[in-house]
Amino acid sequence: MSSTALPDSRLTDGQLTDAKWIPRGEERTSLSRFLLWLAPWVVVLGVGVYAAGLCLYYGLNQTNMDNRFAFGLWIFLDLGIIALGAGAFFTGFLVYILKRTELRPILNTAVVVGLICYSGAVAILMIDVGQPLRAWFTFWHPNTHSMLTEVTFCISCYLLVLCLEYIPIVLRNRQLRRLPSFLVFEHQLHKLVPVLAAVGTLLSFFHQGSLGGLYGVLRGRPFAYRHGFFIWPSTFFLFILSAIASGPSFLMLVTATVEKVTGKRLVAGEVFRRLGFISGVLLAIYVAAKSIDTLVWIDFTSPSVGFAPWQYYMHKPFGLPILFAEIVIFGLLPAFLLTYRRTAMRRGWLLSAAALACGGVLLNRFVLTVQTLALPTLSFDEFLQYTPSWQEVASFGGVIAYGVIVYSLSYRYLPLFAPQQGDDAHVSGH
Amino acid sequence: MTARYGMVIDLDRCTGCGSCMVACAAENNVPALPQATARTGLTPMLVRKVSNEMDGAARREVFIPITCMHCERDTPCVSVCPQQAVEVDKATGIVMQMPQRCLGCRYCMTACAYHARYFNWRDPAWPAGMEKSLNPAVAVRMRGVVEKCNFCHGRLHAAKEKAAAAGKREIDAADYVPACVEACPTAAIHFGNLADSNDPVSQESRSSDAFRLLARLGTEPKVYYKSKEAWVRQLAESVSARNPEASREAKHV
Repeated sequence: MSSTALPDSRLTDGQLTDAKWIPRGEERTSLSRFLLWLAPWVVVLGVGVYAAGLCLYYGLNQTNMDNRFAFGLWIFLDLGIIALGAGAFFTGFLVYILKRTELRPILNTAVVVGLICYSGAVAILMIDVGQPLRAWFTFWHPNTHSMLTEVTFCISCYLLVLCLEYIPIVLRNRQLRRLPSFLVFEHQLHKLVPVLAAVGTLLSFFHQGSLGGLYGVLRGRPFAYRHGFFIWPSTFFLFILSAIASGPSFLMLVTATVEKVTGKRLVAGEVFRRLGFISGVLLAIYVAAKSIDTLVWIDFTSPSVGFAPWQYYMHKPFGLPILFAEIVIFGLLPAFLLTYRRTAMRRGWLLSAAALACGGVLLNRFVLTVQTLALPTLSFDEFLQYTPSWQEVASFGGVIAYGVIVYSLSYRYLPLFAPQQGDDAHVSGH
Repeated sequence: MTARYGMVIDLDRCTGCGSCMVACAAENNVPALPQATARTGLTPMLVRKVSNEMDGAARREVFIPITCMHCERDTPCVSVCPQQAVEVDKATGIVMQMPQRCLGCRYCMTACAYHARYFNWRDPAWPAGMEKSLNPAVAVRMRGVVEKCNFCHGRLHAAKEKAAAAGKREIDAADYVPACVEACPTAAIHFGNLADSNDPVSQESRSSDAFRLLARLGTEPKVYYKSKEAWVRQLAESVSARNPEASREAKHV
């Protein structure tokens, strides 16, 4: 037992070091610099936990939501990060189901990003409901007609899948591998990963779609209401498309940011270009589908329930430019930049286009959540405004800090990126 | 017998006195929260003042009591609730909210076109001594759950108990009258069984002056309004349907 005991961080020449925990052959910054990097994020996380505590203890009167703006910043950002976290299941789908093995180097980081996005979203949702201790009621008394039931089931199950996918990555830590039982467990779990990827894909398709359906079924909100196929409104399919289009772009952005911070080339440029191309093609399909959907909504769906579409765009700042921005600036433009060979070959263009694609999916979620609630339905209603309280902002800041901390720890102690053959270890010019 | 309880509110009679709101609050143990604002208060019955947006002598105003419309078809709040805390009672047509099962996700509130659902943003509280006036027939709702008008369900229970004690299967219509109906000094709110064609309320709902808010949404609300004023009846429609001229102008802006 003594040979396999886990050595803790120890003092060497008066300096704290964690060298034995760092993946073999990898260079990492000193522990003190790493702790310095984490410190501000820990503060942000602390403030977030405090704000969340206020909301849980005193209730949702700590937020600026109200009876008309019953959903606010949290739902918008939840929908946003769940869409951006779609890179996790989609990369697994591409690698394990479609056998696009060239994307394998990005797989581990995709799992970590997915886990952060989903666990963060679930944490915020638990604050966002008035009775968090009743969350299990949805499993006990499920309303099978509710999109939210489908979302709850699928997100819970998929979070479990992400945890199962993350465990083998954790167990690949240099010191944990020294424990034979962990090694066997990791080996066995790793064999399950393709199955988990398939299950994750199925679950993700459903909950991404159901999140879109969440608003598409709202007959009482003609701005969001859509006709669709069978029980699913068109937003069900648009959300899936936009999530799998933006997910790979977000993975690119995260990886590029890590490369910038660490000064290392972590994945080959070809992986970026491949991700960009996939993202671009899917984005183009999404833009086409979204445009058709918008035309159907303008000409048929909205007028059929007594609402002329122009009235939704009378209220500043939600004029027509927001629709134009969503379809053209954050849709067509990045789709072109990501797929056009000349721009895709240049890292700057590629990453800018990825940022636009991610911005587009966030804008879409904003429009569907916030704009839907701001718009009047009764003819004597007024256009509403809502500004989140500091508790809402801080709680979400806490989730972002949590994400940075989990990713930083994962990057430092786990072999997130498979070594690249024939690739420079360091990024020149960074 | 299956009933379809509903209301007809005569807007030409409503003076906007707010008696219905007070009666509703007292009957249903709605807490008196001084911190509540117009957008965070609990008002299962809310009287709104609406004008024809004209100036001078041409200006007209109307008071519109807004409550849960008890939508009958594809009831938006029922289908969205993830844990079946909302249901349409098949025996009465009343849309019921079960606060004990409510998660407080507020999805039903976003689904309601009439904004007739309210969230308990704070713990219920009453000024000292006032808790003695609480209605023992109605449970107080806790913080973090949604509530709404249930046509004074406590009174329906009381009417049923009275009928059962008398050995009758059906309640006497006079025994089941919601608090707002009872309190209205001008008798502007009428309550009855829409499924019974002989019921005066049912007949009133079919009159040429009667209308329902946002009827084109297709949810078949069971609260009707009534007015002889054309501009008031137009309020039932959306902005665009109400004012096609404005819609044409806006289209060209």
